[in-house]
Amino acid sequence: MVSLYLPLWPTERIRKKLGNAAPETPLALAGREGSRRVVMSADLAARKIGVTPGIPVAKAQALYPDLTIMDADPDGDRAGLEALALWFQRRIAPIVAVDASGGLPDGIVMDTTGTDHLHGGEPAMLDAVVRRLADSGFTAKVTIAGTWGAAHALARYGRGRIIIVPDGGIPDTLSNLPIEALRLPAAVIEGLRTLGISRIGKLAAMPRAPLTLRFGPELERRLDQAYGRIAEPILAVRPVDPVSVARNFAEPIGAAETIARYIGKLVPVLCEGLDARGDGIRLLDLLLHRLDSQTQTIRIATARPARDAKHLTRLLCEKIETIDPGYGIERMELVAVLAEPMEVRQRVSSLIEEEEADISGLIDTLANRVGGESLYRFAPVESDIPERSVCRVPALAPDDGATWPVGWPRPTRLLSRPEPVQAMAELPDQPPIFFIWRGIRHRVRCADGPERVFGEWWKGDTELTIARDYFRIEDTAGDRFWVFREGDGEHGETGSQRWFMHGLFA
Amino acid sequence: MTTKGSPARKKPALEALQATIARLEGHKSHKRAVLPFGVKEIDARLPGGGLVLGALHEVAGGGTDALNATAAALFAAGIAGRTRGKVLWIVTRQDIFAPALDQAGLAARRVIHVEASSDNDALACFEEGLRHGGLGSVVAEVGRLTMTASRRLQIAAEGTGTIGLAVRRWRRQTEAADFGQPTASTTRWRVSVLPSAPLPVPGVERPRWMLELLRARSGECADFEVEGCDANGRIESCGVALPASVADGAHQEEAGQRRA
Repeated sequence: MVSLYLPLWPTERIRKKLGNAAPETPLALAGREGSRRVVMSADLAARKIGVTPGIPVAKAQALYPDLTIMDADPDGDRAGLEALALWFQRRIAPIVAVDASGGLPDGIVMDTTGTDHLHGGEPAMLDAVVRRLADSGFTAKVTIAGTWGAAHALARYGRGRIIIVPDGGIPDTLSNLPIEALRLPAAVIEGLRTLGISRIGKLAAMPRAPLTLRFGPELERRLDQAYGRIAEPILAVRPVDPVSVARNFAEPIGAAETIARYIGKLVPVLCEGLDARGDGIRLLDLLLHRLDSQTQTIRIATARPARDAKHLTRLLCEKIETIDPGYGIERMELVAVLAEPMEVRQRVSSLIEEEEADISGLIDTLANRVGGESLYRFAPVESDIPERSVCRVPALAPDDGATWPVGWPRPTRLLSRPEPVQAMAELPDQPPIFFIWRGIRHRVRCADGPERVFGEWWKGDTELTIARDYFRIEDTAGDRFWVFREGDGEHGETGSQRWFMHGLFA
Repeated sequence: MTTKGSPARKKPALEALQATIARLEGHKSHKRAVLPFGVKEIDARLPGGGLVLGALHEVAGGGTDALNATAAALFAAGIAGRTRGKVLWIVTRQDIFAPALDQAGLAARRVIHVEASSDNDALACFEEGLRHGGLGSVVAEVGRLTMTASRRLQIAAEGTGTIGLAVRRWRRQTEAADFGQPTASTTRWRVSVLPSAPLPVPGVERPRWMLELLRARSGECADFEVEGCDANGRIESCGVALPASVADGAHQEEAGQRRA
């Protein structure tokens, strides 16, 4: 479970909405609480001067006359959070919801089980989330833990922007947090404080019966949820009016063949729904609700909007082996998370040009097998530095017509990083006479070059002066290499004047 | 590498018998489309006058090191470049430098690269690509290629007419022994680099390869000395002293014309 806490969401949202018109002075948002006007939220600058949520507006103004006060917009905040949750759903994980379990909606909760590896592991994923939000001007704290309760508590009361609680680490991390982190009603918190209980660890160690008698079942429920003794399902946000189909099973299912059969039954129904709208699937989630209230998900993506039931069924069925049905699956749900209008493409007249076959189906199949990241085309980048002159673009990205400059031959294999070679060469611009690479001595028979490549000074100061001299070399056995000397052979500041192997020619 | 004696003109009865066998074996009776190299000496040696399109072909680098695998890859790029449509290039470790493929006649916009995590994954993608039918060719750099795997690939290629090129590549010399094992590929090539022709001025001339046709279904083995792929993916025969097998060029030309 990932809990994302956005402590300054209301003020930051308003600042972002206003753009350049946003006030430069500290900002507080006011709302009505009974008959009084109180500060509902305040930004960092306002908090520094003592304007905290809950104080009357009159007092805040007295504290700091220049304070900008605007009307709070809880509905807008909530809607904004929901939009953000939907965004996360498309990017990170299928089960995402606005987290209002602490009273006010102030964050987002996600179940990333089984999806973190798609984003390069948990730390990388969380880091990317926080960074993306920071780039947009939002302060965020994020925690990953085994339970929603623990993640929620740590995101709000833990130290650090990114907290990762390892498996089994929940009791230790929770014990030192204040009881406010437990998402309990204010009256219960007050009561516990009166009893002198301020830390969760202390509360958890107390006998349960008297506590329940005094404070009601809520207290125990929240504790159990935080420690993972009872499950707490997330009611995931859904895109506005998504196309989805579901099926309940009276008798829970588990066998792979059975799952495949029902996928085969659900997909055509979903496709009918899409057909009615003229949409095709880009992102499709299969949610499998298990008896133990865990949810397994399968997510497939397509390169182009797709509505072919056979194709989609096949993509889903290829992932069945990743499902752990547990004690059985009682409900299957198919949700079109991202649907786009089907492309209407103009057919190329067969008289002029032979039409190229549509391979988007193949691309989807391969992408689901090896991962979308491992499927790409190379496209030219304008750079003289060989390793920078290519970039990877999506397999079906349109061709922009760019090409590499012709003339200078390029090696078929480029070493991922240049390997140092020992070479003997006349300075300043002669190819080596011989060189030793990977322990083998090669005598040079003929060579082309040098092709001088300069550093790209706009990328950084270190590249201001550097240069590389590339030679295409053929040794006496007919093997052809691409070697370069770091530096121009004359000036020390252009490089170390050492030789490197960078590629192999056929 | 037997070349003595020109192949006798086939007798009608023999042709009929061969057609019957082909039908029984499930091959399509019509003549299979081929991709000629445009080099008379080579095309004459290949049944049908070129590489069969719906088939699996194997290319390995001669010698031991990465360099020759490089020549094999470029040879495959040249062939793939001369097919129509998109090309799938499957690898398990990515070290292809796209501008070089471009220079060998295989434009970057046509190539979709697939990075598989294992040889098995690569073979599965290979088969998937061949089975689809919308691609011009599928190139896969694989190490082990078993009889079963190659037969599956060959059948997949036959079904759609997409040409499959298996570039055999090994991390260790011991693994290269695998190339001795039989596979179901229609042709099997070995490409080794040769010293280029000397230039009157210092510099490197167009690369030369020793091209060995180690196996061709219903054909014979042969060696060729060629100049590496040009910008259109074409190789060219070197008009110099060839190994014994193709040295009698005129004779080969005749044989080729008769067969065509």
